[in-house]
Amino acid sequence: MPMTRWLGRATLALAATSSLAGCEFAGPQSTLDPAGPVAQAQLELLAWSYWLSWLVMIAVFGVLAYVLVRFRRRRSDPDAVPQQFHGSVPLEIGLTIVPVLIVIAVAVPTVRTIFATETRVTPGPDDVVVDVTGYQWWWRFEYPELGIVTANELHVPAGTRVILNLDSADVLHAFWVPRIAGKRDLIPNQNNQLWFEVSEPGNYSGQCAELCLGAHAYMRLRLIAEPQAEFDAWVDRFTSAADRPVQTDPQVQRGHQLFATKGCTNCHTIDGYRAGTPVGTPDFPNLTNFGLRTTLAAGNLDNTRENLAAWLRDSQAIKPGNYMPQLWSEADPNADDEIAAIAAYLLSLGSDDSTLTQATLGGSDGDR
Amino acid sequence: MAIGRTPAHAGSSAETSLLRRPDGRSGLAGWMTTVDHKRLGILYMLSAFTFLGLGSIEAFLIRLQLAVPNQQLVSPDVYNQLFTMHGVTMVFLAIMPLGTGFANYFVPLMIGARDLAFPRLNAFGYWIYLFGGVFVYSSVFLGGAPDAGWFAYAPLTSLSNNPGNGIDFYMIGLLIAGIGTLVTAMNLIVTIFSMRAPGMAMMRMPVFVWMILVTSFLIIFAFPPLTIALFQVIMDRTFGTLFYVPAAGGLPILWQHLFWIFGHPEVYIIILPAFGVISEVIPTFSRKPLFGYPVMILSGIFIGFMGFAVWSHHMFTTGLGPVANTAFSLTSFVIGVPTGVKIFNWLGTMWGGSIRFATPMLYAIAFLFMFVMGGITGIMLAMPPFDAQANSTYFVVAHFHYVMGGGALFAFLAGFYYWFPKISGRLLSERMSQAAFWVLFVGFNMIFMPQHFAGLLGMPRRVQTYQAGIGLEIYNLVSTAGTFVMGLALAMVVFSVVRAFLSGQRAPADPWDGRTLEWSVPSPPPHYDFTSQPIVYARDAWWAAKHPELAHDEPSHEYDASLFDRGGIHLPGASWFPFVLAAGIFAGSYGVLYHNWPLAILMGLVVVVSTYGWAFEGVGGHHVHPGESAHAETGSA
Repeated sequence: MPMTRWLGRATLALAATSSLAGCEFAGPQSTLDPAGPVAQAQLELLAWSYWLSWLVMIAVFGVLAYVLVRFRRRRSDPDAVPQQFHGSVPLEIGLTIVPVLIVIAVAVPTVRTIFATETRVTPGPDDVVVDVTGYQWWWRFEYPELGIVTANELHVPAGTRVILNLDSADVLHAFWVPRIAGKRDLIPNQNNQLWFEVSEPGNYSGQCAELCLGAHAYMRLRLIAEPQAEFDAWVDRFTSAADRPVQTDPQVQRGHQLFATKGCTNCHTIDGYRAGTPVGTPDFPNLTNFGLRTTLAAGNLDNTRENLAAWLRDSQAIKPGNYMPQLWSEADPNADDEIAAIAAYLLSLGSDDSTLTQATLGGSDGDR
Repeated sequence: MAIGRTPAHAGSSAETSLLRRPDGRSGLAGWMTTVDHKRLGILYMLSAFTFLGLGSIEAFLIRLQLAVPNQQLVSPDVYNQLFTMHGVTMVFLAIMPLGTGFANYFVPLMIGARDLAFPRLNAFGYWIYLFGGVFVYSSVFLGGAPDAGWFAYAPLTSLSNNPGNGIDFYMIGLLIAGIGTLVTAMNLIVTIFSMRAPGMAMMRMPVFVWMILVTSFLIIFAFPPLTIALFQVIMDRTFGTLFYVPAAGGLPILWQHLFWIFGHPEVYIIILPAFGVISEVIPTFSRKPLFGYPVMILSGIFIGFMGFAVWSHHMFTTGLGPVANTAFSLTSFVIGVPTGVKIFNWLGTMWGGSIRFATPMLYAIAFLFMFVMGGITGIMLAMPPFDAQANSTYFVVAHFHYVMGGGALFAFLAGFYYWFPKISGRLLSERMSQAAFWVLFVGFNMIFMPQHFAGLLGMPRRVQTYQAGIGLEIYNLVSTAGTFVMGLALAMVVFSVVRAFLSGQRAPADPWDGRTLEWSVPSPPPHYDFTSQPIVYARDAWWAAKHPELAHDEPSHEYDASLFDRGGIHLPGASWFPFVLAAGIFAGSYGVLYHNWPLAILMGLVVVVSTYGWAFEGVGGHHVHPGESAHAETGSA
């Protein structure tokens, strides 16, 4: 059973590669440091082909080196005419079979992994389903079964299968969180699906991997995998957001007003902002429970008071090309106060008066 | 009897012509009206190297921007234009025309013909390619270059997503440059089929000629889908059709299918001529015939054929589903087999030879090394699950630069050093060329080897900048440093070429102990190529003539040399019409682009009238009798 032996060797190779990854090739977006079964299967295939390719390289470059040394033109006899042979049928048949065997050795595990990782699945009762819509240059995440709409941070329970339905509102995008799963494109008028499972709770970073012009390089995202209980608590925060009153802090109260008067409500939705009257449109990032976010500007900055203020003041300096308008002129004397108020209001979202949000406590806990 | 079928005086219609047929060979007008395949070959190469320089400058700016994270040297908009123009330039305007240039110059010389079958069509092909390139580049001064990447995925190209003119320049520019590619391909096919020297059976042709033949067929079948796709987008943007408008139900994925049905064969359109060059250089510098000649040709044909069956491996992440991904994965693997066979046969050619490490051979060996690297990453990318991770990252960027740069470009540089003495009549300094080679080799690998790791660590391609602290810094910095090394190498190449023209040694006819017919004529060849019609009795015809005792083939047929060229050598006349026709299409394209219909219609008239003038210009030309006295030319029509 050569196949079993190969796969056995592939596992060995994988172990070697993983230990390699452990020290040198780990990173928040490293495909060599998988944190879920899909990315793991994809890496195993790479590892298998990687070691096979060493075999090929050693053989080919070994022969090449030998030939170059052995058959170099000698100074002693520069005019020697070597024997003019034109080929050898048995040798050529043999040398055709070698690449055929190599290709078969790669093809068998490839096909197996394709069907194991890319087969379209039907959502079951235990799965978490998220409708992902790509926009220039942010992500809309809607949990249809939970009634949650949010942006740029995808919360999922660890150890549960997550099914993403991918769509785009404008041009092509690609959803890619390297440590969890390979990418899948978001194409208008095409219902693509991507499913994966995250093995361990943690923050995993990803970004758009298909050119979408403008701020494409800044279209990042964070996938936050939590234990089921924390995920459920996060869901509760969202489903109760509309019922939570604005905090009593005067700066927050002022920010709440400015959020409408400065025009933010023209684009951005906040559940329960104004009782009975929805604000914003679905085509811009939904800011409900914004204070629970760990990042802002599509994963570009930690969600701290200072970063949020800098973003509100001059978003183009942080994410060139984005569609946020500049709301304050350079000379506006009220800018500092108003920005601080709006930032305070946004960061208060998601917490009660008595509790402090993750962000007000000093931002995220980093990527890993 | 390939040449001189036409009666000598058939071309007396010159008086009725719109533009008098030029008879001079010198000056600007001589070059603008030339139909000489060697001059057009030189023009192709000069243009291709110029575009290569522009593409390199763009690459340099891209690497400067990416040297360190979170840099704002160029804005995202400019950055998008830079990598789009870099890709368009290198693929369509530099590397592919370089192959066409070599084909133009050497296919006739290698098969013992004195020109292509349709010399004026050949001139037209060159001018429309050049004008296509100039057209695309004029966008830089007219509001901004295209910015949607070299494969311009819909709906990034729709009017609502991309209101500037850049995309129009891309679409129309590629369309008109494609005309040149198509007519030249047809011209080469007819030439190779019908104008070979007596005795030059198909299975005696140099492998370079074979690969050009296969490539030309690929062009004929690959360009129509591209043309359709370009037309659709031009119609969408100019006349408001809705092929790629999602809001109206358009399916953006269609563009990807049409583009890659063209785009993958395009890769082989670039690499097969490179294989051909390598198959000439390695035997010459190993002093041995090519190992497994028929297998080399069959594997080239097989690669070309399979090239049409793998396009969706560029689209593994578009959600085609596991069955389609499996099918296209397997067909892609299959291509690894004939490619591997080619590698083995090149090694077999060197085995037992007497290998001389002249500059062309160094480039050929480097080609083998880097093409194997690019081939291996190619097999990896043909595994859809891994491609899901690597697609659209710097791993892919590294892969195709090893194939297109380390593969095709290094092969063409081997060809450049191999044939430079023949074309220019000068020898390049071997010492300086070898020094430049090593610097180039080191620089190239410095740039592209680290990009594999950047991609695996999560760096997508086409990003204007990247996050600090996720492990990408060192790879990008080394890569950028490599551009300086490679820039130094290119400067050394240019310097040595200039010096060769100023003070280089005269090249003999056969400086490398060549094997094919181009080495049987002086360097540079006279404009009539061959003083007398060569007659071929073996594969590697020139080698066989030098070493009749070692000849492999038995002459199947005796030819009477006195039957050929009896009325002198007929050479086609120069003509203004190819240039004028191409210029008309060029100027008319601006009319279409700017919706300036009077200009478009006027230029349409120029096209019609110059086509008419071309058709009725007559055969023209004149006869030379180099055998009788060196420069006697008579019978000017």
